[in-house]
Amino acid sequence: MKSSRLMAAAAASVLVFTGLSGCAPPQKDNSDAKTESGVNAREATSAEDFGGMEGLVEAAKKEGQLNVIALPPDWANYGAIIKAFEDKYGISVNSAQPDAASQDEINAAKQQSGRSTAPDVFDLGQSVALANTSMLAPYKVAVWDDIPAAYKSADGAWVNDYGGYMSIGFDSAKVPPVTSVNDLLKPEYNGKVALNGDPTQAGAAFSGVLMVALSQGGSADDIAPGVEFFRKLKAAGNFLPVDPTPATIESGQTPVVIDWNYLNASETKKLPSWQVIVPPEHAVAGYYYQAINKEAAHPAAARLWQEFLFSDEGQNLYAAGGVRPVRADNMMADGTLDKTVAAAIPVIDGPVTVPSPQQTDKATAYLADHWAEAIG
Amino acid sequence: MKRAARAGLWVVFGVFFLFPLYAMADFSTRNLIAGGRTWQAWANLVTDHALYQAIVISLLLAVFTVVAMLVILVPTMIWVRLRAPWAMGVVEFLCLLPLTIPALVIVVGLRNVYLWVTYFLGESALTLTFVYVVLVLPFAYRALDAALSSIDLQTLTEAARSLGAGWTTTILRIVVPNIWSGILSAAFISIAVVLGEYTIASLSGYDTLQVQIVAIGKTDGPTSVAASLAVLLFGFALLLALSLVTRGRRRVQGVTA
Amino acid sequence: MPGGTLRRKKLTEAVPQALPLVPFLAVVTVFLVIPTVTVIVNAFVVDGAFSLRRVGGLFSSTALGALGSSVMLSASTAVIGAVLGAVLAWLIASSPATSMVRRAVISLCSVLAQFGGVALAFAFLATIGINGVLTVWAQQAFGWNLSGSGWLYSLTGLVLVYTYFQIPLMVIVFLPALEGLRTQWREAAVSLGASRWQYFREVAVPLLTPAFLGSALLLFANAFAAYATAAALVSQGSPIVPLLIRSALTSEVILGQSGFAYALALEMIVVVALVMVAYNVLVRRTARWLR
Repeated sequence: MKSSRLMAAAAASVLVFTGLSGCAPPQKDNSDAKTESGVNAREATSAEDFGGMEGLVEAAKKEGQLNVIALPPDWANYGAIIKAFEDKYGISVNSAQPDAASQDEINAAKQQSGRSTAPDVFDLGQSVALANTSMLAPYKVAVWDDIPAAYKSADGAWVNDYGGYMSIGFDSAKVPPVTSVNDLLKPEYNGKVALNGDPTQAGAAFSGVLMVALSQGGSADDIAPGVEFFRKLKAAGNFLPVDPTPATIESGQTPVVIDWNYLNASETKKLPSWQVIVPPEHAVAGYYYQAINKEAAHPAAARLWQEFLFSDEGQNLYAAGGVRPVRADNMMADGTLDKTVAAAIPVIDGPVTVPSPQQTDKATAYLADHWAEAIG
Repeated sequence: MKRAARAGLWVVFGVFFLFPLYAMADFSTRNLIAGGRTWQAWANLVTDHALYQAIVISLLLAVFTVVAMLVILVPTMIWVRLRAPWAMGVVEFLCLLPLTIPALVIVVGLRNVYLWVTYFLGESALTLTFVYVVLVLPFAYRALDAALSSIDLQTLTEAARSLGAGWTTTILRIVVPNIWSGILSAAFISIAVVLGEYTIASLSGYDTLQVQIVAIGKTDGPTSVAASLAVLLFGFALLLALSLVTRGRRRVQGVTA
Repeated sequence: MPGGTLRRKKLTEAVPQALPLVPFLAVVTVFLVIPTVTVIVNAFVVDGAFSLRRVGGLFSSTALGALGSSVMLSASTAVIGAVLGAVLAWLIASSPATSMVRRAVISLCSVLAQFGGVALAFAFLATIGINGVLTVWAQQAFGWNLSGSGWLYSLTGLVLVYTYFQIPLMVIVFLPALEGLRTQWREAAVSLGASRWQYFREVAVPLLTPAFLGSALLLFANAFAAYATAAALVSQGSPIVPLLIRSALTSEVILGQSGFAYALALEMIVVVALVMVAYNVLVRRTARWLR
C-alpha cells in the first residue's frame, strides 16, 4: 500500500513525540524572587523575616495584588473583609470563582501553578485541607500565641480562621417548618432539599452529611448512616442535586438548604421568611482552614492577608458575618470582641461534634467509595 | 389530508423547538425576586466585567482558529491534490479522526502537551487555538474538499504558474477566490464550533464564554440564559447567512459523504 | 482510496512532496494523536510500570453503573432522535428546495445539533426548571407541578434535553439520504404498477434502512461522548461516564485511585470507536445506491 511508508513515518514520529511529551517542560523558576530588601517572600515563616510588620506591608504593597478564590461576599462577611483589606493597604484583591468548593481551590492552584492568576491563599474545609498540606506554606501570624493549640498546625501550615455549626435553612413561605432531619423525607419536600456541594469536594457538604449521620445513629467514626439517609432522600425524590447559592435561595429554586448556620443566617437578612435551625442533639461544628499557597504568585501580599484576618479588626469583621472567629474566647475575655456581634454568636446546649483528622480521613475515604453510588 | 397532516407535524416540531427559545427570551428578561420585566441580564453582557472579558476572548479565539485553520488546511489540501495525491487518504482520515475521538478524551490526554504550550506561549486562553483547529477539522475539511472538487484546480494552477506566478500568488489570487464559498462555509462553521465549545476549555481551566456562562449560571440565572440565547442566535444568523451565500450548491454531507 | 497513483513511491520523491504537509501533520499529531496515545498508554501504565489497576476500576459498581446509565441514555435518545428526526427530515425534504423556511430550519438544526451544548441546558432550565416559563404557567393554569422532584437534573431530564440536539443531528445526517432518493425511481416503480405503499416498502425502505441505522449509530456515539450539556445541568453527582470523568479529573483521587480518568477515557474511545466503525460500514452500503 502506498501510504504504508507514510504511516510508518507517522508512527515513528508519534512514538518520539510521546516520549518527549512524557517529560514535563522545565518549570519557570521564580522561587528565588526576592524583595528589594533581600527577603525571599516565599520562604518567610513570620513577619520577622520581613523585618517586622512594616517590612511585610511594604513588600505586599509592592506586589500590589492578591488572588483569592472561593470567597463569596456573603460568606463569613468576606465581602466586607476584602473591601477593608483593599482600603487599608491599597492592594487590589482579585476574587475568582466565588462559588467554588474547597477541592476547586486546590485544583485551581495545581492547574494554574506558575501563572500569575494562581490563588495566593486558601480557605479550605477540613478534609481537603488535611489532604493537601504539602501545598501549604508554613507561616505564623503575629498573634500566633493567642490562638489555641487545637486550632493550628504546629508548623503554621494551616490555622483555623472561623467556625460555625451545621444547620438546616428553609423558606417558611414555601415549605412547612423543618424540626428535625427526619422531616426532610416527607413528601412536602419533594425536589426541594439541597446540600451545599459534593461531600467529597466541599467542606460544607462533608459536615452536612456528618450531621445527618449523627441524627441517624451514626457517629464521627461512622458516616455510613448519613450516606444511607441521602440515598433514601434521593429515592423519595426529595434530594435536589443543585448547588445552593444566595441567588437560588432567593429565586425559590432551593427552598431547603443544609449548610453552615452563618450562611443560612445571612440569608435571613435578605429573605425574611428564611429560617434556620441547628438540630440540638446532633450538632456538628466545623472550622475552616486558612492557608497560604506554597507557590503563591504574590507571597508577601498573601502573608499580609493572613495577618489581617487574624488581627482584631479581621476577627471582628468575621464575627459580623455570624461565624465564631477562632480567637473569639480570648477576645471576649480581653474585651476586644465587638459586644453586639459577640451576642449574635449562637450558643449550643447539646453535645457538639468536631471530627478529628483521623475521623475525617476515614469518613472521606468512605464517601469517595460510596457517595457517587448513593445519589446516582 | 396529507397537507393537514404535514402542517400539523410542522406545528408540533415548531413548538417543540421554538418554545424553549422563547422561554429563554422570557426568562432572561424576568426579575426573579421582585417580579416584572428587566433588561438587566442583557445589559450584563456588556457591563459585567468577567462576562465581557470572556466574550472578547471567545470571539478572538474564533478569529484565531479560523485564520489558523485556513492557513494550515488550504495550502495542505491544494498541495495534496496537486503534488501528493497519494497522501489524500491519510489527510482525509486525519481530518475526520476528531469525529471519533471525543473532546473529552482529548482533554484528558492534553495536560502534558499543554504544560509545554504554556511554557512556550504563555497562559492566555488563546493557546486553545491549536486544539480548536483540530476540533473544527472535520467540518472545515468537508467544506473545503467540496469546493476544491468543484473547480479544475490542476488547470488553474498550471495556467497561473506558467504565467510566472509564484505559489503564494497562485493560492491567494487564483485559487482562493474560486473556492470562496467553501472557505466561508468552513469559517462560519468553525466560528460556531469555537463559540459553543465548553468541554476542553472548562476542563483545562480557561475562562472562555461558555465556561463563564456556566459559572454565572450558579448565581445569576437570567444573565447566563441571556448569554446562551445570544450565542445561539448568533450561530443561527451565521449559518443562515452562509446558506444564503452558497445557494444552489449544497454539499451532500453525513451519510453519503 | 480517492486519487493517487498505485505505483510505489521512492523515498527521494516522497520526502519533498510530504514536506509541505508537515505543519498540518504537526498540529494533528501534537494536539490529537498524542493526547489519544497518552490516554491509551496511561490507562495501562501506572507510575512507569504496566498495571491493570486503573482498567480494573472500570468494573467497580460505580463505574459500571455510570456505563449502564450512559448506554441507556445514548440508546434511548438515539432511538427517539432517529425516529423523530427521520420524520422531520422527511418534512423538510418534501418542501421546496430553496424556500426560506427550509434554509432557516436547516440552519437551526445545525446550530442546535453541534454547537448548543451549554445553551440547551439553560434553555431547559428556562422552560421547565423550577422558575421555568412552562412550569410557572402550568402551576398557575392547572396547578400541576412540572418541575417536581428536580427530575431535570437527573437521567430523565438528560434524556429530554439530549433529544433536543439528537433530532436536529438526525436531520442533518439523514436528509442527504432522503434527498438521494431519486424521483425517477418512484416514477419507474409507479409505471411498473406499484402502489405508493409498495414503492415505499420495496424500494424506499430497503434503500434507506442502512442510512437510517447508520445515522442512529452516529446519534448513539454523539450522545455517549457528549459532555457540555450534562456538565451544565448536573452540578452534583456523576450519573454518566462523562461526568465521572469530570469527577476523576477534578478530584484526582476517585474510587480510591488516581489517574482513573485515563481508564474512563479509554473506555469512552473503545465504545465510540466500535460504534463509528459500524457506522462507516453502513455508510458505505448506502453510498453505493445513493451517490
